Amino acid sequence: MRVGSGGPDVEEAEGARARARPAHLATGLLAAVALLLCCAVLSLLTGSEPVAIGEVLRVLFADDRSEPAIIVHDLRMPRTAVGICVGIALGLAGALMQSLTRNPIADPGVLGINAGAAFGVLVAIVGLGIGDFTGYVWFAFLGATLSTTLVYLIGGRGNDSGTPVRLALAGTAIGAALVSAAEAMVFLDPKAFDEYRFWIVGDIAKPELAVVGQLLPFLLVGVLVALSLGPRLNAIALGDELGTALGVGLPRTRLLVGFSVLVLAGLATAVAGPIGFVGLAAPHLARAVTGPDQRWVLPYAGVLGAVMVLLADVAGRVVLPSGELRVSILTAIVGAPFFVVLVRRRRAAA
Amino acid sequence: MSTRTVRVPGFSARYSSRPAVVTGLLALLLLALTGYALTVGKLPVSLGEALGMLAGDPGPSGVDYVFWTVRLPRVVTALLVGAALGVSGAILQSLSRNPLGSPDVLGFAGGAATGALLQILLIGGGALAVALSALTGAFVTAAVVYLVAYRRGVPGQRLVLVGIGIGALLLSLNRYLLISAEVDDAFRAAVWLTGSLLDRSWDHVTIATIAVTVLVPASVLLLRRLTLLELGDELSTGLGVPVGRTRLQLFVVAVGLAGAATAAAGPVAFVALAAPHLARRLLRPGGPSVVGSGLVGAVLLLGSDVAAQQVFPTGELPVGVATGVLGGVYLATLLGRRWSRRSVLSG
Repeated sequence: MRVGSGGPDVEEAEGARARARPAHLATGLLAAVALLLCCAVLSLLTGSEPVAIGEVLRVLFADDRSEPAIIVHDLRMPRTAVGICVGIALGLAGALMQSLTRNPIADPGVLGINAGAAFGVLVAIVGLGIGDFTGYVWFAFLGATLSTTLVYLIGGRGNDSGTPVRLALAGTAIGAALVSAAEAMVFLDPKAFDEYRFWIVGDIAKPELAVVGQLLPFLLVGVLVALSLGPRLNAIALGDELGTALGVGLPRTRLLVGFSVLVLAGLATAVAGPIGFVGLAAPHLARAVTGPDQRWVLPYAGVLGAVMVLLADVAGRVVLPSGELRVSILTAIVGAPFFVVLVRRRRAAA
Repeated sequence: MSTRTVRVPGFSARYSSRPAVVTGLLALLLLALTGYALTVGKLPVSLGEALGMLAGDPGPSGVDYVFWTVRLPRVVTALLVGAALGVSGAILQSLSRNPLGSPDVLGFAGGAATGALLQILLIGGGALAVALSALTGAFVTAAVVYLVAYRRGVPGQRLVLVGIGIGALLLSLNRYLLISAEVDDAFRAAVWLTGSLLDRSWDHVTIATIAVTVLVPASVLLLRRLTLLELGDELSTGLGVPVGRTRLQLFVVAVGLAGAATAAAGPVAFVALAAPHLARRLLRPGGPSVVGSGLVGAVLLLGSDVAAQQVFPTGELPVGVATGVLGGVYLATLLGRRWSRRSVLSG
């Protein structure tokens, strides 16, 4: 059993090679950004309280504190902004993880981010009796940091330190241990269960803007580090030996990837709770367009991740107009059909 | 690792001593653990009494009732479910050529959970109805995953990815069911979702027994082909393995085992994923280790159940919690130790 000898990228490379011209890719990226903007506008326009399009456009730039203005400025704009940030973060983190572990089914959860965050939140609820969002955020992020550090410490030991399989396995093992510990707390404290079952279904409907504002600079650093890693990841995709021969330090690359995945996915999970599937599917969608070049996969994955989150969030407001469906429930329902079609269309790989 | 060859007229076989010895030790450990598990619980039973009752003696009154209706079904379910999950995980990891492949990842656990949740939250049937709904959910999901992934054959990679996609859909559905339910129902469902050995009846044992007695021997028969499949499709076709048919057979066996295990005890976390890796690290076989993985799975599940009872004597803690903690910590410890390059390549 091997983690696909050349990783997911190699298989998709053939089909995409003909298309992969930088000029086309740049145009495509612009198109994706345009799509994201359309989704953002859509997100401003939809909601349980109907506001006419003209009204939305009018109050968008003139916040006169009328009822439509309050709806747009205080409810829809924050959740759209958070949706974009969370989507970019998850898409990028997923692309980094799949590239680092050379495993097409890896996502940020493989580093134990979700498990660690869940653990942190439950320590906050059960251990310290904290019951509001602002309190959760930092515990979630602390938990994610704890688990990622553990994964790197354990996956990085031994004479084959930090190989993709080891990191993935260490992450899965520690993730399982932390999630189970969290569940143990839940089962011993039914009141905490009621809070936890809502936290675990991630949501961006009511973000705390003050907290999000504090997190934004860190998120920006994470995005920049992630985007700068493209060339290094390209070299590593050739294999550990060849990558090293090309002058890319493996341990350093792994640390940088781990750092940016933690910052990106950790913060996204802290703000919104676990939102699955985006980190897994966005890189696949991206690679279907770009081919294996990580310098392009990364930005595409970020933008497409944001598109996925926004579309899912909008869909959640449309499907059940009275009570909304949470975004993390709909990411899979919106994304999975595309994903499955994509996987089926790919040539039967080795 | 020493490899020896046995030759008698008409028969020759190569075997290496380490897998044989470790398998024997695991079997002994499992036996000891079973004996211990039969004696502990709210009502202590001495080992002599337990063996006597197994041999047909009427035990002390009260004790024999607890023994036959509570203790024994629980222990037997743990053994069978652990073994089924271990074997299923070993097959699926090898089949999908992915070290993270397991029934949970491939969406069957999600399907089983959907079946059970619908039964618990909407229909409100009893334990057996829940078990059967879970079984149905697992099989329907598996059939859908296989059919969607089928296009001139089912390469492992595509199987895993389609499974993940459909599994994600089902997970969303499950989460929606959980947050829209009343908190008491949701709690009951969450206990089921974690995997529990509380209140096992002989019905659960029967489901697991049928699956294990039919499908584990089948998987042992298919083991040689599974090992050859790991060489790649071209090479194994060249060696005379009908690739497509073998893969379908193995898939059915793995799904049957995982589905029955889930029906009997709920989707117990992590056993199917961890057992094959632990077996590889311990046995260091040349190919996938089906029997070893089954033994490790049984030890893991029964050991976790005993440990959970020791730490929380009320017995309220679902075993899935303990398997996650123990299996996770154990696998992490094994990973943290230095190991030989050889086993890394096969892992």
